[in-house]
Amino acid sequence: MKKKDQALIFELSREGRRGASLPENDVPEVDVEDLWPDDYVRTKEPELPEVSELQLVRHYTALSKRNFGVDSGFYPLGSCTMKYNPKINEVIARMPGLAHLHPYQPESQVQGALQLMHELQESLAAITGMKEVTLQSAAGAHGEWSGLMIIRSFHESNGDYNRTKVIVPDSAHGTNPASASVAGFDPVTVKTDERGLVDMDHLREVTGEDTAALMLTNPNTLGLFEEDIVEMAEIVHSAGGKLYYDGANSNAILGKATAGDMGFDVIHLNLHKTFTGPHGGGGPGSGPVGVKAELVPFLPRPLLVKEDGQYKWDYDRPSSIGRIKPFYGNYGINVRAYAYIRSMGPEGLHQVSEDAVLNANYLRKRLERYYDIPYPQYCKHEFVLSAKRQKKLGVRALDIAKRLLDYGIHPPTIYFPLNVEECMMIEPTETEAKETLDEFADAMITIAKEAEEDPNLVLEAPYETVISRLDETKAARKPVLTYQEQ
Amino acid sequence: MKQNHRYLPMTENDRWEMLETVGASDVSELFSDLPESVRSRSKLNIREALSEEALVEYFQSLAAKNEAVKDYPSFLGAGVYDHHIPSTVDAVLSRSEFYTAYTPYQPEVSQGELQAIFEFQSMIATLTGMEMANSSMYDGHTALAEGALMAATQKRMKKQTILISETVHPEARDVVQTFVNGPKLSLNTIPSNAGKTDVKALKDMLNEDVAGVLVQYPNFYGTIEDLKALREAADAVGALLIVKSNPLALGVLTPPGEFGADIVVGDTQPFGIMGQYGGPHCGYFATKKTFMRKVPGRLVGETVDEEGQRGYVMTLQAREQHIRRDKATSNICSNQALNALASSVAMSAFGKRGIKDMALQNVQKAHYAKTSLQDAGFRLVYDGPHFNEFVVDVGASATDANQSLFAEGMIGGLDLGRFNGEQDHHMLVCVTELRTKAEIDRFVEALNVAK
Repeated sequence: MKKKDQALIFELSREGRRGASLPENDVPEVDVEDLWPDDYVRTKEPELPEVSELQLVRHYTALSKRNFGVDSGFYPLGSCTMKYNPKINEVIARMPGLAHLHPYQPESQVQGALQLMHELQESLAAITGMKEVTLQSAAGAHGEWSGLMIIRSFHESNGDYNRTKVIVPDSAHGTNPASASVAGFDPVTVKTDERGLVDMDHLREVTGEDTAALMLTNPNTLGLFEEDIVEMAEIVHSAGGKLYYDGANSNAILGKATAGDMGFDVIHLNLHKTFTGPHGGGGPGSGPVGVKAELVPFLPRPLLVKEDGQYKWDYDRPSSIGRIKPFYGNYGINVRAYAYIRSMGPEGLHQVSEDAVLNANYLRKRLERYYDIPYPQYCKHEFVLSAKRQKKLGVRALDIAKRLLDYGIHPPTIYFPLNVEECMMIEPTETEAKETLDEFADAMITIAKEAEEDPNLVLEAPYETVISRLDETKAARKPVLTYQEQ
Repeated sequence: MKQNHRYLPMTENDRWEMLETVGASDVSELFSDLPESVRSRSKLNIREALSEEALVEYFQSLAAKNEAVKDYPSFLGAGVYDHHIPSTVDAVLSRSEFYTAYTPYQPEVSQGELQAIFEFQSMIATLTGMEMANSSMYDGHTALAEGALMAATQKRMKKQTILISETVHPEARDVVQTFVNGPKLSLNTIPSNAGKTDVKALKDMLNEDVAGVLVQYPNFYGTIEDLKALREAADAVGALLIVKSNPLALGVLTPPGEFGADIVVGDTQPFGIMGQYGGPHCGYFATKKTFMRKVPGRLVGETVDEEGQRGYVMTLQAREQHIRRDKATSNICSNQALNALASSVAMSAFGKRGIKDMALQNVQKAHYAKTSLQDAGFRLVYDGPHFNEFVVDVGASATDANQSLFAEGMIGGLDLGRFNGEQDHHMLVCVTELRTKAEIDRFVEALNVAK
């Protein structure tokens, strides 16, 4: 790639250019000055760019070339499940009869959309072992918060106002404690033991009459299955708390185990991860929430129901936590997820988890001689390694990540989870072929050798990207967040 | 022989080779850490797999059970609008380097995404008249709710009351209510008068405990609020003024920033985003620089690389959940980057003048519809200045009127009885640049027949 400064679209702007046309105005013209009081009429024009259609297309095409997506190459970002986004999903999501619907059309005009959503709800309920699923939440973190609000309403409906604490493992996704806090709880940390699993003694210690819930992902963020899950559920339930399942890692257990069977009461799924909604540079996502029977009354309003063969929105839900999102959730992403589920079927989803887990274990095994593997047992769909050994040579996880870019590979997640030194978290997913995994393993092994023989080579990477390492301190100290005309 | 699923590359041979490397005799051994009691015994209870052809047919059959708004002239708005989407929008979004990428954690290979977000932030800031904007929110309603939470945090939780105008979209008011239930803030509703926030009533409600005043501009009924009076009122007790605004309206309407708004939020759906039955759309969040470290969501900033070349990174991440965890300003993890990109492309395609022209056309066509309805003897429910929406009394049940309109091949406006039983004769009518004079005339005529 050639290193060249990329103009901002504002810098391409010239007065009078335009990249789109408007319909002719066929009604009598009236001056807005005559319709509105003076101080309502904008006098200072917004500084939006003015470009022709081709300039616009070239600009964004140039930007796209400076971006790495799953279609560009291997993207083993742990805890993010960067699997292939099927092309047919995009075709289906754009079908006019599915896409061009207004949320305030009467239910009779959108029975197809409602049927689609209802079937998706049923499928997700079966996959998670829950009684009922809502598609309202916009993203995983939004689902976490909704799920916790449901748990809070449940406790309060029992007059239980003193359950103020949510237990979260130290290795958890950062959104977990943040969601607990936004939902009005005090997060309490439970430690990870030497196995990489929740420390059971510590869990017993922190669980009590003030426990509202335990928030957990299983497999956990180290890629390990919490083997003591049945006992954990017993501890939390007998104290009167609920179990919340963070579904970010569900790619590992599709058809193998359900959150419901593990004792969880609430779950959210990340449809943009496990169910192939495209990640879109960070969104839009969709984070449906499933609950066990006793929590159904608390689901957000409205709830999609089927009555006498017709689908309808039920607003009459007096115990509901309320509305969490306008309209009916991120429907467009839900369409893609349902297309994926229908293309896989039960056997396909089963295979997904087996292949994802085999791929992760294969990579772990191929890398174990070159990097420290803190938890040597079988992993699920992802695993962590530590660059502790390389750090002694002056090469850190960040440097290894940057060097990987030169090999055309998107680096794994780095420095997460926080409880592993120089952590790299690798999630290959099931859609990658063995050849790709081998290329990645070979690159990682080469970098480990480079770190020993010529650490500077790694420290100064990347070389092959359009830009070299960026000054993040400058960005934060003197923030420039909008275009400033020179 | 069993066909490999097209998304799954591994052959049986690959699997055996890999198992050998791993040192496992078969795949089930890799799941041996699952306790017996939690293992699923039966096949997932979902429908069988479909081939690609059958999949398309199935979804087409579902699509056939819907009435697409593009097949009828539609007068529905209320937060989701039927506007021209330039063909360039989908062409750009379909670049897989954009739609198959994730949050730009590695800036060297994500400059395209980062620059696009930086441009989006810049466009929103200039449109709203604010100093800065974030990289996007889930949607306009949740952005408003985050604004309310930020106002309370801003005052270090010493102020616990939020006031919201009755003229804010009813669903947005519901969403704000759910959000403020988290930190247990009080939410009180400012009454309206003639379809506008009652400023006098607001003044009576204000006290030192009020952290923020939430209004919509143009409001749910399409009426333009008097931001100057609202700003002055909020200032009396040091409350933040938080304005939810349709960004297209700001092409002709004085931006909230010029009235001194503290936070401006809204949804960019009017710019390049399909209705999609209400989502996903794209919230925006703009504010003053003084609040920079309290803003929810992601921020992208400009910087330089080791050779002094300009580049972009996610910045001020110490506010965010992955560093501050429970101390984060919000739990928002990602953003609506792809839809923000759609809106950036649309805003760039129309440009400064195009957006003004488009906004003007909306005003003029809505005005034409409004006066045509008045000429036909209909009563306008609220008489203040409007953008592209207004409320008309259809003289009969609005639900029935909409049924008659649909029989005539049109989708009518929003039946306000949906939110307020006393308003079941009232219809919120939206007229965008896509409605022609002929369509508007037919609409007025059909309503007249239905009356």
